[in-house]
Parts: sequence; C-alpha cells; structure tokens
Amino acid sequence: MPEIAFHLNGTPVRLPLGDPSRTLLDWLREDRGLTGTKEGCNEGDCGACTVIVTDEGGARALNACILFLPQLHGRAVTTVEGIAAPDGTLHPVQAAMVEHHGSQCGFCTPGFIASMAAGHLNGRHDHDDLLAGNLCRCTGYAPILRAAEAAAAEPVPDWIRAEPPADPGPAPLAPDSADALAAALLEAPEALIVGGATDVGLWVTKELKRPGQMIFLHACRDLQDIEETATGFRVGAGVTVARLRAAVEGSLPALAEYLRRFASEQIRAAATMGGNIANGSPIGDLPPALIALGATLTLRRGAALRTIPLQDFFLDYRKQDRAAGEFVHSVEFRKTNGNFRAYKISKRFDQDISAVSCGFDMMLDEGRATGVRLAFGGMAGIPKRARAAETALEGQPFAEPAIRAAMAALATDFQPLSDMRASAGYRLEVAQNLLLRWYHDVSGAQVSVLELGA
Amino acid sequence: MSVGRSLPHDSGALHVTGRARYVDDQPVPAGTLHLAFGLSSCARGAITAIDLAAVRAAEGVVAVLSASDFRHMPDCSPSLHDEPLLATGEVHYIGQPVFLVIADSHLAARRAARLGRVDYAPEPPILTVDEALAADSRFEGGPVIWQAGDAAAAIAEATHVVEGEIEIGGQEHFYLEGQAAMALPQEDGGCHVLSSTQHPTEIQHKVAEALDLPMHMIRVEMRRMGGGFGGKESQGNALAVACAVAAARTGRACKMRYDRDDDMVITGKRHDLRICYRAGADVEGRLQGIEFVHLFRCGWSMDLSLPVADRAMLHADNAYHIPSIRIESHRLRTNTQSATAYRGFGGPQGVLGIERVMDHLAHATGIEPQELRRRNFYAEAAPVVMTPAQAPIEPEPMPAAGTDLTSRGAEAAAAGRATVAATPEACGNRTPYHMEVEDFILHGLSERLQKSAIYAERKAEIAAWNSTNPILKRGIAMSPVKFGISFTLTHLNQAGALVNVYQDGSVGLNHGGTEMGQGLHRKVSQVAASAFGIPPELVRITATDTGKVPNTSATAASSGADLNGMAVKAACDTIRTRIADFLATSHAAEPRDVRFEGGRVAIGLTEMSWAEAVAAAYQGRVSLSSTGFYATPKITWDRVAGRGRPFLYFAYGAAVTEVAIDTLTGENRILRTDILHDCGASLNPALDIGQIEGGYVQGAGWLTTEELVWDDKGHLRTHAPSTYKIPACSDRPRVFNVALWEGANREQTIYRSKAVGEPPFMLGISAFLALSAACAACGPHYPALDAPATPERILAAVARARGQ
Repeated sequence: MPEIAFHLNGTPVRLPLGDPSRTLLDWLREDRGLTGTKEGCNEGDCGACTVIVTDEGGARALNACILFLPQLHGRAVTTVEGIAAPDGTLHPVQAAMVEHHGSQCGFCTPGFIASMAAGHLNGRHDHDDLLAGNLCRCTGYAPILRAAEAAAAEPVPDWIRAEPPADPGPAPLAPDSADALAAALLEAPEALIVGGATDVGLWVTKELKRPGQMIFLHACRDLQDIEETATGFRVGAGVTVARLRAAVEGSLPALAEYLRRFASEQIRAAATMGGNIANGSPIGDLPPALIALGATLTLRRGAALRTIPLQDFFLDYRKQDRAAGEFVHSVEFRKTNGNFRAYKISKRFDQDISAVSCGFDMMLDEGRATGVRLAFGGMAGIPKRARAAETALEGQPFAEPAIRAAMAALATDFQPLSDMRASAGYRLEVAQNLLLRWYHDVSGAQVSVLELGA
Repeated sequence: MSVGRSLPHDSGALHVTGRARYVDDQPVPAGTLHLAFGLSSCARGAITAIDLAAVRAAEGVVAVLSASDFRHMPDCSPSLHDEPLLATGEVHYIGQPVFLVIADSHLAARRAARLGRVDYAPEPPILTVDEALAADSRFEGGPVIWQAGDAAAAIAEATHVVEGEIEIGGQEHFYLEGQAAMALPQEDGGCHVLSSTQHPTEIQHKVAEALDLPMHMIRVEMRRMGGGFGGKESQGNALAVACAVAAARTGRACKMRYDRDDDMVITGKRHDLRICYRAGADVEGRLQGIEFVHLFRCGWSMDLSLPVADRAMLHADNAYHIPSIRIESHRLRTNTQSATAYRGFGGPQGVLGIERVMDHLAHATGIEPQELRRRNFYAEAAPVVMTPAQAPIEPEPMPAAGTDLTSRGAEAAAAGRATVAATPEACGNRTPYHMEVEDFILHGLSERLQKSAIYAERKAEIAAWNSTNPILKRGIAMSPVKFGISFTLTHLNQAGALVNVYQDGSVGLNHGGTEMGQGLHRKVSQVAASAFGIPPELVRITATDTGKVPNTSATAASSGADLNGMAVKAACDTIRTRIADFLATSHAAEPRDVRFEGGRVAIGLTEMSWAEAVAAAYQGRVSLSSTGFYATPKITWDRVAGRGRPFLYFAYGAAVTEVAIDTLTGENRILRTDILHDCGASLNPALDIGQIEGGYVQGAGWLTTEELVWDDKGHLRTHAPSTYKIPACSDRPRVFNVALWEGANREQTIYRSKAVGEPPFMLGISAFLALSAACAACGPHYPALDAPATPERILAAVARARGQ
C-alpha cells in the first residue's frame, strides 16, 4: 500500500494512503490530538489553521484546512506545537507576541505564530503582506505588528529549521513528470487534477463532495519551470502564484503588485497558475492580466500539445476548451514597454475576491495607442477582452477624449451582473473609470490610495 | 500593587504555544457523538413534509430528531420563548434548524444534514424595513416613543434645519472560534455542559428547562472563548440545548460546533437599521430639537432586540445636550436571522444617528464640524469631587416565577411597550431620559486630542491638498463618544465571586465573568493580588463554573471587570480581615496594624511571609474561603416611562481619523488615527489600550468593508470570510496613536477604573465621518453617505456631492 511520508514537528510519520481528500487540519486535530492548530473558517480565508511546510523550496506558511494529506509527501510540517524549542524556550515571535500583548482571545494566535515564524525564518519584513491571510477580530492588528517588528531583529533559532524526510519513496497519487501525468490522465480522463487545492479544498470542506480519483500535480517538477527571455516568460502550470510574482517583479512590476493582492501569502504559496486558469472562474485574478499581456496557453493530451490564445480557452461560464484527459501545460506571455497595468477592485484590499479586475496594455506610437488589449474579469461569465473599447482606442492619440470614447464603448462590451460583491451598475462604472485611471497612471499621476501615507 | 500594571494576558504563553484549550480542543470521552442541524431553505412558510430517511441511512448516523420526536419542543430564546430548538410547523428564516443529526463524527453529521428533504408551502418573506412596515410586522405592537420637550415646535422655530436618512448595515461578529458546546451526561440524570458562552447561567437555565430539571442538576463550565463580542450571549443556547437533549437521549457525550458557514447562516448579528432624522439648530448651530425614527430589522425572533433598540435610544444624544427630542423606535420582525447583542448593544447605532446629524448640520451651516460639536456638548463637570458613600439600594419587585431572570431579554418579557407623553424639556445637563450628566469631560478631552492630533493644521493641509488632486481626496474628522455603563435591566448589575486561599498561600479564584480575550481574568487577578498584597502569579483563575459561582449575569455591557472585580475584592477583603483579626489577636495588636504588602504581612514590627501568615491562620482554624458579592449602587430605570438613572457613569473618548478615497473607484483607506480614551484609573493600561485599538478597528470595519447581503429570497449571500470582509492586517491605520485620559472615575468603581469593552467601538465612527468629509470635498452637495461605506457606496456619495 502506498504511504504518505513526512515529518511532523521533527518526528517521521508514515501514513497508509487512506481517503486522499482528508485534510491536514482534521488529521492533526482528530488523529494526532494536536489541537493548537485551529479551524476558523475551513476555507483558507482566516489563517487560524496556518502551519509551516518545508521542502527543498524552503519553508512557507500554508493553510492546513485545505491541504490534503497526500500533498505532504516528502515535506516537513511544523505546527504551533513545534515552534518553541524542545526545552520550552519560546521562539522570538512567540515571546514578542506575549510581551507586546499580541493575543487577546488567542484563537487566531497559533496561525499568526506560524505565519510570523515562517516570515522570520525567511528574513521577510513585509509584515502586512505576510499576515494578510491571518484574520484577528480582537486586537486591530497593531500589537501583532509591533510584535513582528520587535522579533525581526532576533536571530533565527536553529530548532525552527525543519528537515524533510531524506528518502520518502514514491509520492502517492502524484505523477513525477508531465509525461507520467499525461499517461495517467489518458487512463483516467475523469480524474480530478489537484494543483494547490486552494479551490478544490473548498469542494471538499464546504460542498462536502467526495472526489473520486484524484491526481496531484506537486511532483511534476517539469511543470514548475519559469523561463524568462528577453521578450517574455514561459511559465509551467504548476508554478505557484508566489513564484510567479517573484519572477515578474523586475520586468513587470505592475503585474507583481497586482499579484501582491492575489488572495493571501498562504494561498499564493499553494495556488498554481495552471489551477487559476483551468478552474475557469470568471473572477480568477490571473486571466485578465495575462490576456492583456498577449498570453498563449499550451494544453497537452497524451503526447499532443496545442497552443491557443488564452482568451479562447474560456468558452462560456465555467466551460473551458479542455478535452477529457487534457491538462493545462504552460502559459507564455510577453514583457511590455511600461504601459501595462492590472487593477483589482474589491471591498477589502487584501485577501478578497475581485468585483472587477482588469489588465490593460498597449504600445505608444507617436502618441497613438496601438496593439491595445483590454481584458476584464468579473464583467461577464468568463474573463474577456473588451473589443469595442479596444477598437475605440486603437490608433487614437492616447489622451482623455479617446479614453472617454473607450469608456462609452465599454457599455456595449459588457452587461455585468449584480451580486454580493457589487451591483451591475457599479461594475460597469468602475470598469469604465479604470480606463481613466490607466490613462492618468501611465501619465504619471497618483491614482491609488495605497500610495498615500499620513 | 499589581493593579495599574500592564501585565500581559494571563493566557498569553498558552495562546502562543497552542496549549490554550477551547471547547473543541477538550479531550472527549470514548464514544462521543457529534451533532449538526439540518437547516431551512425557505424563509417563510409551513413545513408540509419532512423525509429524513436518507439522513438516517447515511454513514455514521446514530439518530435524527425533528419536531415529531418531541412532546414539548425545547426553547432557546433568551426572552419571549419564541425560538424552538427545531422548527415546529413553520419556518421563519433560511438557516433555521429543522432537524438534528446525531452521528459518530462531525463530518458525518454535516454530510448527513444535507440529505434531508423538507417540503414547504412558501409564503412571500418579509425581508426589508419597508416590507416589514407595510406588513406591520413587528414586536411590541407598535413603536416605542420617548419624548422630552416639543421637538416639532423647536425645529419649526430653528434657524437651520437638516433632514435626511441613513442606512446602517448590520455586522457579523466573526468571533474566530465558532459556536461550540459539549454535554456530558451525569450519573443522576444531570448534565455537565461545556459551552463557548458569555452567559453560563443562561446556558444552565435553558438546558435545565429543556431537560425539565432544576438548575442544580446542570453544571456549565466555560474556560475561554475565542472571541464573543456579544455573539455568544444568547446564540450558544441552541447548541448547548441540542447537546444536552441528545446526551440525555443517547446516554453519551455529545458535542456540536458550527462550521463557519453554518454559524453565519444560523446565528444573529448586529441589528441593521434605517434612521430618519430632522433636526433644528439656532444661528450658532446649537441644537434646538431633533426627531429620530429608528427602524430596526430584528429578524425572526425577539432575542435581545428590545433592550438593544432601547440602548440605541439611550445613546441618541451621544455627547450632546438636546433640549427637545422625540425618538420613535420600531422593532421590525423580518424573515432573517434574529439580530442579537453585538458590542455596544444598539449604542453604536444610536450614536451614529446623532453624529450623522452633526455632520449634516456642519455641512449645512458651514460651521467647522468639531466646533459645532463642542458648542453642543453637555457642560463639563466640575473638577473631581468624589461621591459620598454608596446609597442604599431600593429592592426590586419580585418577578413572576419561571421567567428568564438572568437574560437581558427578561426586560422585554416583563414590561409593556414604552410610549410616553411629552415631558418637560431635558433642561440643564440632563439627557433626554432625564439623567443628570455629572461626569462630562469631553471639552477637556477633545481639546487635548485636537492638539496632539494636530487637527486644525492637518485639516487645512488636507483642504489644500484636495484642491490640487482631482482623483484622490482626503478627509479628516473627529468624533466623541459618551457611553453609559450598566445593564439597563437593573437587577443584572450584580456579581458574585468565590476566593479560596490554600494553606501554601496560593489563591484560587472564581467569579461570574467569562474570558473571551478581553483580559478580564488578568484584571481580576490583579485586584485579588492587590487586596492580599501578593504577586499576581500566586492567583489562579480557573474556568467559569456555575457550580462555583451561581446566578451570574452575562459578561456583557462592558461590565465584566466593574462587577466581578468588585465581587472579588469583597471576597478578598473578607478573608484578609479574618487573617488580620487572627494575627492581631495572636500578636496582641490591632487589626488595623496588620499590613499586607509585597508578599509580606507585617503586624506592627513583626513581619512574616504571606505564606507563613496563611499557614498560621489555617492552624488557627480561620476560614480561608469566602464568597464576595457586589450590586451596583444608585441606578434605577423605568423602561416604560423612559426615565431614571440607567447608568452608574459614562465612559468617554474621542478619535481623529484621516482617510483617503479614490473618486474613480470608491476605494478608501484609513491613513492615521489618534485616540484619547477614558478608562478612569486603568486597572491595566496595556489591556485597556488593546481593547481600544481592537474596538476601533472593529468599529471602523462595521462602517467600511463589512457588508451583509441578503438576496430577494432571504438567503444570506455573505456567509463566509470569502464574501464577508472584516478588516485585515493592512486595513489598520498605519499611524495609530492611542493614549489614555488620566483621571479617576468619579464613581466608586473598582479602583476607580472605567469599563472599556464597548465604548471604544464607537470611535470607529470617526473613520466614517472622515470618509463623508472626503466625499464632501468632491462637490457642493451633502454626500449623505450610507453605511457600510464600501467602494460602491463611496462612489455613489461622491456622485451626490457633485450633484450627479
């Protein structure tokens, strides 16, 4: 029987592969009696279940509530119970949290401790981004930030560096190459492909679905490559959003900033680019930005590869151009000349789902906009280009009159819906206004409240 | 003395290591069963058929209960006995429990609960304020009206009149730990209940009633909650009753916790409402008269809605003297979750109403908003005069038997509807409910805050900045709070404690309050340590337990430290007096010569350690255990007449908030907040500042990102943190200056401190007012911003300001 092998707080664990949709959180709490890790929402939004997972890529904070046991194979898990030294000495972030009154009710605290210890280990100081996936209802976050800042100066204790198992053996349910994956999917075309499980996790924890056969992607190392050329990127489907963000930081800063607001630290560390596309959600954050960057999508079935423009992948609401047994292989997109922007509108800046998202790009040819690509999420049943608005702007001087014309044309491109995130009227108005923001932004004006200090 | 020191939370080290146990973390007996409710999918209608065959057949299911399995359906209401554990014949909202699954695991129970087939004869649900008004669907038969003076006449004669309305959204508590309970059946038919509750005695009462047992057969234990905020005052009843009933029927331990989505769909939230207002002021902006209409959406059952709506009326003045006022309060019954207690208990809604009037009036008159507020403040109290000794307390009339005495809902059950004829003006320094404001400090407090926040200079700088920035606008605003401290149901203002001094000098202590993160146990242990002159490490507080301290009031109304601190001090003083008497006798000294300080006990020139003194007293056969009791003095309240002194004192504070908005998208952000808040002589400044910072951010969240959305069928569409957005880390003000006002409480509270749980919540209103100011910077018209100020509502307000 295949086994899942990993380390838990330094102790080797080998589990027979049982229900592959059992979550790490349930196993920790129910089977191991490690109740320090909490269930706050059971959907990866509150961070109370955060644990540290270490593999050859380093240590990262992940949500245990939407992490399936097979995903742990070959990794090391550190829970809140494993963060203090074996002799009970508190980790610097733990000591600082007590000293700075960073816990009140204490229920979110173990998750904060895990996120903070992972950030501390990795030498990170962007506390607001690190902790965006940890909700606290009591403190207003101020003392937690004071604790994080105080602990940052302390050295990383040796005991917190976890070692994954040296020889875990083959990963259960996880093909180790794109070839193996292609073969497995030909055999089982209806199997559920699981990337980071940040969406599939909710099918299990919220919809209470019992997935049939599951095929995990995390062992397909050849789907995790990022190739950067002078003109663009080729990114494997298994690349996490966190790695994608880091890769584009230098050459596409607007995309990197947009990805900073993609869900949270924990989700970005798990979620894959391929998953965000293959999922087909009309409000996935990646597609509009990538479509604006002229992305093409490569799909594979068996040995056959085919490449299509990314926007053509989305056929209709939750209906994608993907045959049975086919999988998202990679995406290519271009670097641009500095006019690219991507914006996301939501009720809360961090860890929220877009009401409207968009990616805009163009070239300026003697002041005229050419090669205009305007793509939106949240405006239709699929991520979609605004063809009428593109036409209104194409070839025109990049100035307010042409932008206004494009804004008017946008009303013919989209008939958005009203839902709990925003009304149809607001969606359309704000989508139009985002074109105006783009114009001012490219012209150098200050256009975001996030840029303001007190 | 340990009182006044910034000691960390007593469970801090347990929190950060994951050792702190909550209900769901407790080890369970073998064979423990797990429960889940099957929920109504219909907002209003009769149940025509229930088919639970698939539920019973599901894997792991032990039993399934629905209405037909009960001769008498247990009730879960804290007020009107109108909340059957399971729906009986009719359903009243989407999410109402219809059947109960008892299974061998949490997941099995949840899975099975989705398999029930319930048919309904649906009726059109009553969902909105307007629908409820049209259908005359309400509690109490008609509106409650309180008046002082002739508001209409005063407004008619006023120089400036403003009129308008504001929609104010509700708020999900989003305690990080969801509702949870466990029941352990006992040998004699009794029941031991663990419950995540702010009100163990209420749980005891409801479980006893459900099992038809006297209260002494039920023991309720509560170590800590992962947050409460009012959401665990009455909303845990259903889980505890379900567990107790299931445990009694199966003879096995039963445990229930709501999955987050179930929690949000089933349980009540802060009341949303519409406030209509008409206000008149003289040429200098001094209010002459106001008319308010409060239109509360109370949901399907009464719960605590009446005292909540009362408290909104009691805070309709906030910090301002209003000579003539008429407040009409409608408590509307709708087919939605039953709105319940939430930090501030109606107070924040009432305060926002009058602050909206101030904002509107400042816009209309052109008077600087903070100056306008100052002109309308109550008169400042004279410098500190300590009050005389406590007055004797009038005995309360005996209530009818069988009522839910320890619930704030008892108010509703006991009294009739309050509608009052016009009374004389609220003259002098009197509130509209005829209580003299004796301790007003907001003149001095806000003046000091304005200086430390550099309010005037920043306001001028922001105006200049706005004139050169077409897309982004900034706004700054100040708002004060005056919050009344005491339960308005007077008899709840009592507390008990049990203090045990062990022969080694260690102290075990219990009181009626519950720990939900606020640091109550730390504060109370500091009180006990100070009474005995010992280090706080010697004092241990264990789980709140109805078997140790009976007849407790909810840990609510900010009263935890005020009431329980006093009760604990009384118990400690009793024991200390006994030890002092004994040592005085054995050392031929006077009791007054025995001093307890620094872990030592001195009798004249003789000195010994605290432990030695305790050992000597034990050997001298002195009782080292005592109860303590406290009843708040001075307060009286006639709810029907709307008169009296409902509060022992007021807690004060003020905040200045600066925000920025994006006029293209409505996105907005808090840039800086300065707070000066009055905690009296703080028992623990660090914990108090924690309450202020946390309360402010929660209050600002209520009015900005937190939006509850129901669809036209009555489905709550925002039922998880994916769709309901409480403030995240980066939403806190980057510059966040919080200071405590230095001054003792004029009333004889515990070490002259003041309650702090709720008052700072209302400081978040300054963020809303700053957003209003930023919107107003976009055009000449009043923006009439509604709450919560989501990007969509900001954009609409910007358009109104521009006259679009």
